[in-house]
Amino acid sequence: MVELVVISGKGGTGKTTVVGALAFLARDKVLADCDVDAANLHLLLRPKIEEKIPYEGSELAQIEKSKCLGCGNCVEACRFWAIISEDGVYRVDPLSCEGCGVCFQVCPAGAVSLKPRLSGWIYVSHTDYGPLVHGELLPGEENTGKLVTAVKMRARAIAKDTGAKWLFVDGAPGIGCPVIASLSGAHAVLIVTEPSLSALHDLKRAAELARHFRAKVSVVINKADLAPNLVEKIEMEASEEGLPILGHIPYDETVIRAQAAGRPVVEYNSGPAARAIQALWQKLSAWIEL
Amino acid sequence: MRIAIASGKGGTGKTTLAVSLALVLAETHPVELVDCDVEEPNDHIFLSPIIHERKPVEVLVPEVDREACLGCGACAKACRYGALVVIGRKVFFHYELCHGCGLCRMVCPTEAIREVPRTIGWIERGEGKGLPFLQGVLNVGEPRATPVIRALKEMADPKRITILDSPPGTGCPMVETVRDADYVILVTEPTAFGLHDLRAALAVTEALSVPAGVVVSKWGVGTDHVERFCEEKGLPVLLRIPWDQAIARAYANGIPLVEALPEWREPLRNLFQDILLAREGRRNG
Repeated sequence: MVELVVISGKGGTGKTTVVGALAFLARDKVLADCDVDAANLHLLLRPKIEEKIPYEGSELAQIEKSKCLGCGNCVEACRFWAIISEDGVYRVDPLSCEGCGVCFQVCPAGAVSLKPRLSGWIYVSHTDYGPLVHGELLPGEENTGKLVTAVKMRARAIAKDTGAKWLFVDGAPGIGCPVIASLSGAHAVLIVTEPSLSALHDLKRAAELARHFRAKVSVVINKADLAPNLVEKIEMEASEEGLPILGHIPYDETVIRAQAAGRPVVEYNSGPAARAIQALWQKLSAWIEL
Repeated sequence: MRIAIASGKGGTGKTTLAVSLALVLAETHPVELVDCDVEEPNDHIFLSPIIHERKPVEVLVPEVDREACLGCGACAKACRYGALVVIGRKVFFHYELCHGCGLCRMVCPTEAIREVPRTIGWIERGEGKGLPFLQGVLNVGEPRATPVIRALKEMADPKRITILDSPPGTGCPMVETVRDADYVILVTEPTAFGLHDLRAALAVTEALSVPAGVVVSKWGVGTDHVERFCEEKGLPVLLRIPWDQAIARAYANGIPLVEALPEWREPLRNLFQDILLAREGRRNG
């Protein structure tokens, strides 16, 4: 099984459009949406949800008022500014608490307890394109990286059970914990970029991160016809970094229409973007097998 | 006053709006632009700022004194993040899982653990196009953006109007950016993805009780579902920025919207007035 992770650095470059198209084009695959705070892949694949698993990635501290002595030890010790004192009453701010347990440790009165907290959900679905696992982080929750890992583990297990040839992972923007978690164990990485100075800047940082992992890294340029001068810059940068460019996808409004229709663009029609992604898939699969 | 510019979905136009809003307001008010997208900061591309101050952001991580360590495993047992593992009476530390809480040091019976600072990123202060500017830069490979964002916000000048350019998403970096803002502008696009992620971002601002308004970019493509959603929710649509090659070209080449197309200064000034009015209204009623 080959695990391909699609990332971008900069957001909104077209990761999900590409992964949705691969879902239609490739055979024997499992799909995982690891952009758990803005998961969109399911909007293209019309999943029938078969399992909804609560995700408890961490704990939340609670202070029992009747036992609290008001000594303030917990306020002192907490590194996350999560204990709030109002008129001598101490409580935990759930948005700041990282569930480390320091307050529990320092409380002389045993007033602190740690309770499992629901941070999100993992969905396992059937789609016309293959099994899909996606995560959903509850608003304001921590532990994005751990949820990403849980989503990936589940998708890998399904890929193993079904003998799938591919696992396609839709990653998050940025280079922080969810992206690091999605890259862990990947065989190949595709960075989706676009011709802008911002995207070029972000591509460099994403590529640097991807190289920390033992994976092959390649690039595709989306909306390539919008700024030809910058396409050249990206090509130069990629060649200096030794990153193969596996395709150029033109700007095409049918991508947005396909989104509204809830279909991968390559299934929706055979416009310029769809044809370019088909060509990308041929190059990509050959490059991975090199 | 702090105005955060956020979005669930990436690439909707946060940077475009943040840079140009800050530039326009700076004509009449003391303003500071703070780029909180420390994983992929881009505001500097549009301002070419001169950086005159650079400060490391440090977090505390444990260091184990092998001589003093008994290998009892108390630290590994206590750590809720699995950052410490004891194998054959030897402690192994995985810094990428560490949250820097300090519990391991507290529970070690032989005081074999001390905490040492680790630089995870940088804060840079400067000025570009006459605008005071702050940005955070997370070191590549570091997983935790939140401490950099927190340090960045602490350095912001409270006497100025602060424009906070948030990272995309709805996870901890976004929450850290918008949590104590006076107003959040949610930038979205009129697509299925845009609507889905606007819902998620709005759930966060509601949980934080921060008032929010919407800016729709790439207006004219896609559907009217975003507009209908805003109407249902009573969310003001503060501005519509049409899909326009000239806007895209300016963005691609790192030119601020109001510099390439000065006709956008007026709508951005009006947007700020609308935010002030919304705050007034809230205070009075």
